[in-house]
Amino acid sequence: MTPANGAGADRGDGRGDGRGAGRGTGRIGGAAAGPELDGRAGPPGEPPRVPLLEVRGLCRAFGGVRAVDDVSFTLDRGRLLALIGPNGAGKTTCFNIINGQLAPDRGSIRFGGRELVGLAPHRIWRLGVGRTFQITATYPSMTVCENVQMALLSHHRRLLSLRGRASAQYRDEALALLERVGMAEQEDRPCSVLAYGDLKRVELAVALANAPSLLLMDEPTAGMSPGERIELMQLTAGIVAERNIAVLFTEHDMDVVFRHADHILVLDRGRLIADGAPEAVRANPRVRAVYLGSEDVALA
Amino acid sequence: MGGDLGFYLVQALTGLSSASALFLVASGLSIIFGVTRVVNFAHGSFYMLGAYIAYTLIGHLGGALGFWVAVLLAGVAVGIIGVVVELLILRRVYQAPELFQLVATFGVILVIQDLALLVWGAEDLFGPAAPGLEGTVNLLGTRLPEYDLALIALSLFVLGALWLLFQRTRWGTLVRAATEDREMVGALGVNQAWLFTGAFFLGSMLAGLGGAAQLPKGGADLLMDFNILAAVFVVVVVGGMGSIAGAFLAAVLISELGAFGILLIPQSTLVLMFAVMAVVLIFRPWGLLGRPEAPGQHGQAGPPEPPLRPPPPRLRAAGLLLLAALLALPAFADDFTLVLAVEIAIMALFAASLHFAMGPGGMVSFGHAAFFGGGAYAAALLVKYAGSPMEVALLFAPAMAGVLALVFGWFCVRLTGVYLAMLTLAFAQVGWSIVFQWGEVTGGDDGILGIWPSEWASDRLAFYYLSVLASAGGILALQYVLHSPFGYAMRACRDSVVRSASIGIDVQRQQWLAFAFSGALAGLAGGLFVFSKGSVFPDEMSIPRSFDALIMVLLGGVKTLLGPIAGAVTFTWLQDEISRLEYWRLILGALIIAIVVAFPQGVAGFLRARAGPWFGIREMEA
Repeated sequence: MTPANGAGADRGDGRGDGRGAGRGTGRIGGAAAGPELDGRAGPPGEPPRVPLLEVRGLCRAFGGVRAVDDVSFTLDRGRLLALIGPNGAGKTTCFNIINGQLAPDRGSIRFGGRELVGLAPHRIWRLGVGRTFQITATYPSMTVCENVQMALLSHHRRLLSLRGRASAQYRDEALALLERVGMAEQEDRPCSVLAYGDLKRVELAVALANAPSLLLMDEPTAGMSPGERIELMQLTAGIVAERNIAVLFTEHDMDVVFRHADHILVLDRGRLIADGAPEAVRANPRVRAVYLGSEDVALA
Repeated sequence: MGGDLGFYLVQALTGLSSASALFLVASGLSIIFGVTRVVNFAHGSFYMLGAYIAYTLIGHLGGALGFWVAVLLAGVAVGIIGVVVELLILRRVYQAPELFQLVATFGVILVIQDLALLVWGAEDLFGPAAPGLEGTVNLLGTRLPEYDLALIALSLFVLGALWLLFQRTRWGTLVRAATEDREMVGALGVNQAWLFTGAFFLGSMLAGLGGAAQLPKGGADLLMDFNILAAVFVVVVVGGMGSIAGAFLAAVLISELGAFGILLIPQSTLVLMFAVMAVVLIFRPWGLLGRPEAPGQHGQAGPPEPPLRPPPPRLRAAGLLLLAALLALPAFADDFTLVLAVEIAIMALFAASLHFAMGPGGMVSFGHAAFFGGGAYAAALLVKYAGSPMEVALLFAPAMAGVLALVFGWFCVRLTGVYLAMLTLAFAQVGWSIVFQWGEVTGGDDGILGIWPSEWASDRLAFYYLSVLASAGGILALQYVLHSPFGYAMRACRDSVVRSASIGIDVQRQQWLAFAFSGALAGLAGGLFVFSKGSVFPDEMSIPRSFDALIMVLLGGVKTLLGPIAGAVTFTWLQDEISRLEYWRLILGALIIAIVVAFPQGVAGFLRARAGPWFGIREMEA
């Protein structure tokens, strides 16, 4: 019921692009069609509810290439939404737009009822959107603990403060977050020497520092061993449950996606081609066509 | 009416002809940087050498053909000199961390300055007219020297030749590939060493050619090297690093601006140039035809530095001992030593302020003398016009330098890496021109004299304590801020812009304020300097002064906090020892080059590796 109207954007902006509209709605598997129609009409008998994140008609082109073409979806608290698709489908572009790193050509992103388009990344973060990166971005010249402390200093608006040693401030809070992601023992090591999987955990702790209500995780398990992947996603799912936050993540590992996502969006060449529960997406012939042969990923 | 039109036409063509030297030198700098990622400070020196060598060759060859052969040969000769510099010096330090190659090219500047003095003497040389092109042509009633047309033709010819070279030859394709993605070229199995040497030959040759070709117009003198450097940096920044067409476009733009600006606002073509640069950089931070620098491409080469730790007890004790030794020094030392110690203390503060910006701040400044000199002039002007006491002037100096850094920094932090660095140099040059040209207020070249300390501090001993304590205080303040949340956030912005933005840090604001703080402390050093000398001259804002600080920081090692102090002590002491000798630049330059080759990780980096463990400094884990 929750994240819906994947083809919703086709209603409005699709006018000028009949081809796209046809693609968007027509061929989505039957199982996915239900929630879509509901989402569009609004469920009868329930008061209209504002979703945590509502993306509408997002478009962004690079040169002539439509990296993100008319993408719409919604996301509620307590849910893990996976954004999948072959390489170059527009997943990271989508992320960078929501995060404020890129401006969309068109479309709107409402977060808790507030428009995000036009805001700088640092402002979007203050509204409660945390982010981890496909290629981890941490501070190599700082220790693990200091990386988290940095986010806490920012959260407490101490960035211009000249008082005291930074490395002594919010240390307990940082250690508690590191404890939660299983990195407390390594708190004093520089980030430049960590294993990749550990960096991903540090990023997660950093992203949690301002108690966000939405986490954007770009390929959270890339570069990890199969064992680590499951561990990290279980950790994430646990955090989603205990803090009642929403997670939007991209992922190449279908095993991870189908095991952990509550809902899946499939992008292909910038367009949303499927939107539904894991079982429905798995059965969707279009999705199978996109993935068959393009990657040796079994959707089973 | 026709006269008016002719006048404007001639003005436009004059602009184009003066663009020619600028274009040749800038495109050479751009090619060298594109391939090797070395900002060749000695590029102005190559330009100067081109003029001198052509002067000698023309004297020997004679005739119209001889003139052009001499110009060409001068270019080739400078190209070969460039190759020698690359092979003997730079090749040894490509792997060195950070911008250490800059130090080497600065050494080359000094060596070339004195060699030119040795060979051609101190007198300015008037360039011979080009045979067959001595006359003028009549354009709609206004006369234009024929040689101007030849220069325009030459730059168009070089532009065409470079285009053919880069588009139609395998070597040119490799150079373009290396400019865009150096690692990829390495992966293709191309012989990089050969590519680097080739780029150095071509780039140096273009600089030499530029110098040689402008000989009939501008002659040859020993100030040519620094005089063209700032303009060339502006051209490269406005045109876009690594773009030949951009260099051409920008050279024409800047030169035409000079040609017509002089009609509009005779006094301040510089202000116009500055305005255009500002506008271009606001809308196209990577220059007209450039491309954004990949993050981490410049300034942060090599392994990341270890996390900041509070100084270990032994190091702290050593620092206290050093301070105690400085306080006790007057008991043992003579006046000369005390004067030198004051200068070292002031330079250490200046270098530490630059280190703050370029090391932990990640903002390399090639023009930090703007703030040193800015503080010095602020103090001197306050004393001269308001009769203020030293104490007030010493507070005014950092305040005004900080304001200046806020203004310059607002533009600079919009850029990164080498663009930022070159922009700081261009700004510093604007500042220098203002104090140099605004004679009624600043005294111009004669400087401002008679700025002496207050009564209580006029005694040598008292001033020694004042300057040592103020400098040490400034350095400790920089250290303190570095460990504060503000300093951490600044370092965070250097380490990762995307991560910083995604945890709520306004990266540009953080860097802007940090840049201003660094500028303010450079200004404090400048203020102290005025009172130590009793005077201030435009030299304190000049490129060589900026480079002094840069050399101190780089000599010391960017990644160590003690680096700038070690560098200031080494450099200031060396300069003091050597500057009494004839041809001291030659000796100092050769020494600097030797140090670079012997200690590619910096003096402090070397000491840190050797003595660090004893002081309890932890190295990076393997």
